Amino acid sequence: MAGLEEYTPIVGEGVIAELRLLGERLSGKRVLNINSTRVGGGVAEILNRLIPLLREVGVDARWEVIRGTQEFFDLTKRMHNALHGKPDTFTAQDREIYNQATEENLSALDLSSDIVFVHDPQPAGLVRARRDLGNKWIWRCHIDVSAPAPGAWEFIAPTVEKYDLAVFSAPQFSRELPLPEVLIAPSIDPLSDKNRELRESEVEEVLQRIGVRSDKPIVTQVSRFDRFKDPVGVIDAFRLARERVDCQLILVGGGATDDPEGAQVLKEVRDRAADDADIHVVDLPPTSNIEINAIQRASTVVIQKSLKEGFGLTVSEALWKGKPVIAGAVGGIPLQITHKYSGILTHTVEGTAFWIKMLLSAPEFAARLGENGREHVRNNFLLTRHMRDYMLGFLYLDTAGDSVVEL
Amino acid sequence: MASIAEHSPDQFEFRSLLNLTLLTGLRARDLAELVQHMRTVPGAVIYHHTHHFLVQHQYLSPEPPNDFAYWVSNILLEERLGEELAAVDVLRFSTVRDLRNALVQVIQGFLDRSSNLRTAPPGEEFHFMQSVSYVIPTGIRVTNLAEFHEGLERVSLRSIGYHMFDARLRLERGDNDFSRWLDQSLGEHSLAEAFRKIDPYTYTQEGLRRRLLNLVGQRMKEQGSGRA
Repeated sequence: MAGLEEYTPIVGEGVIAELRLLGERLSGKRVLNINSTRVGGGVAEILNRLIPLLREVGVDARWEVIRGTQEFFDLTKRMHNALHGKPDTFTAQDREIYNQATEENLSALDLSSDIVFVHDPQPAGLVRARRDLGNKWIWRCHIDVSAPAPGAWEFIAPTVEKYDLAVFSAPQFSRELPLPEVLIAPSIDPLSDKNRELRESEVEEVLQRIGVRSDKPIVTQVSRFDRFKDPVGVIDAFRLARERVDCQLILVGGGATDDPEGAQVLKEVRDRAADDADIHVVDLPPTSNIEINAIQRASTVVIQKSLKEGFGLTVSEALWKGKPVIAGAVGGIPLQITHKYSGILTHTVEGTAFWIKMLLSAPEFAARLGENGREHVRNNFLLTRHMRDYMLGFLYLDTAGDSVVEL
Repeated sequence: MASIAEHSPDQFEFRSLLNLTLLTGLRARDLAELVQHMRTVPGAVIYHHTHHFLVQHQYLSPEPPNDFAYWVSNILLEERLGEELAAVDVLRFSTVRDLRNALVQVIQGFLDRSSNLRTAPPGEEFHFMQSVSYVIPTGIRVTNLAEFHEGLERVSLRSIGYHMFDARLRLERGDNDFSRWLDQSLGEHSLAEAFRKIDPYTYTQEGLRRRLLNLVGQRMKEQGSGRA
């Protein structure tokens, strides 16, 4: 796995030196990360990379995973959906299930570090150990809790309010809390298989494997087959654009096989694509990082036509590859794209079609959007910035109140 | 306030400024709400929205370097007011307090002559945030122009930003750190003046670095030819 030094050519010597300096200020600080899964999902992905890098600069970072019954994880899945706004009712029995899992994990885990850094609602209840241990607790909320279903926030609020600090990914995902809240956006790892530079032959090989010829411009959307990603709208926009500019479309997603709704959406997408030879619907296993990377790199324009979105890191992935991106102005996407500078924000099928045509017909403008987007990602959405913000968050616990702190 | 040259009076140590962004929970949907919060939020909030843009959206420069102008122009579509806010010359002010007053005055002037207020579409409200800044010595210390040139090449953009923007306005030192050191320690008065004259808000960060390097490089050349 890449060490910090390997990021120097990407972000510059000064940025890496700053990370090491921050590490010195936090040297030996014990930081225990807790989430609910070791594999799969963005949180596990980022912890896998951040823990070794934090350790490299001197932070004594560790990572533990809570355990729970199927019943508990069914409940936390419902909580997750309800915090996103899906109506649900939480009963005294649900509370009992949550409390029992929390108790079991409290006896299994050693929480006596200087900082306990808890990710998402599943392990949040562990904070009840804070009073006895007297250490600092951070709650890292990776989801949008600004418009929860009635009762959902109330279920978790008394727990969250016991923390010293809350961390949100975007200002519009947050809500008012009686504790300090900081903004820390997620990030992509430029050295991971999904984002690292690829040889031309690697890109060609993937295109061949999925049966796409690079003889005309490629428009791509990478996302799960999910209605909120509007894949059918992407097909409609593509067809409108193709009336004027010859091009082809790749819709690439994964994981539809074990998700009944995903399978249904995939079917709708295939029906809409019918036997159109210019539309390639590609269903890949979730581990297909190099394939996704290659498809993004082979693309002329990348679309992320989401109707509803979390942070939408696939946008940063495409921008990092210098691609002009057309995306829905929802969730965290406007943080990544400034309209007409580092990409295009659209709201409709027709608008998306218009901008596909524009970008295919004005390659110089498209290239400038891509370059600006890449620089924006370099400064704001790479792993090194994420690591810096986490370390500043750790320092904040001891310096809260001052707006300028001399280290 | 810590001295910028603790080790010896003639030595300059590059520092860097790392910002953590605090959410205030305050948001504005229209200009009335915007200006109401702008009057009362801590100075660190005004500082955030007039300076974070420089690093986070550096490629936009010389576009509006402040969030207020950007939001007013691009979300509320009040282009004239947006232009006025973008044109507020930050270099004219030596404190965040004065800068705040100037921005508030521009918006208030607009409100006094308008009856209809546009509202931001849902999800595109203005979110007030605050910078908590950590100043960290980089360990790069220089004592002459050649070393200074090398330091400028090596440090992060945030370090240059700290010495050019924060030292003057936020820490109220009255001058940028580079000019102060060039003047007082090296006696390089004309180079100090050249640095002072630059409007750093009109450059991209990398462009600013190149401009400063250029000025120092030129001066080194003059010195070299002077000796020869």
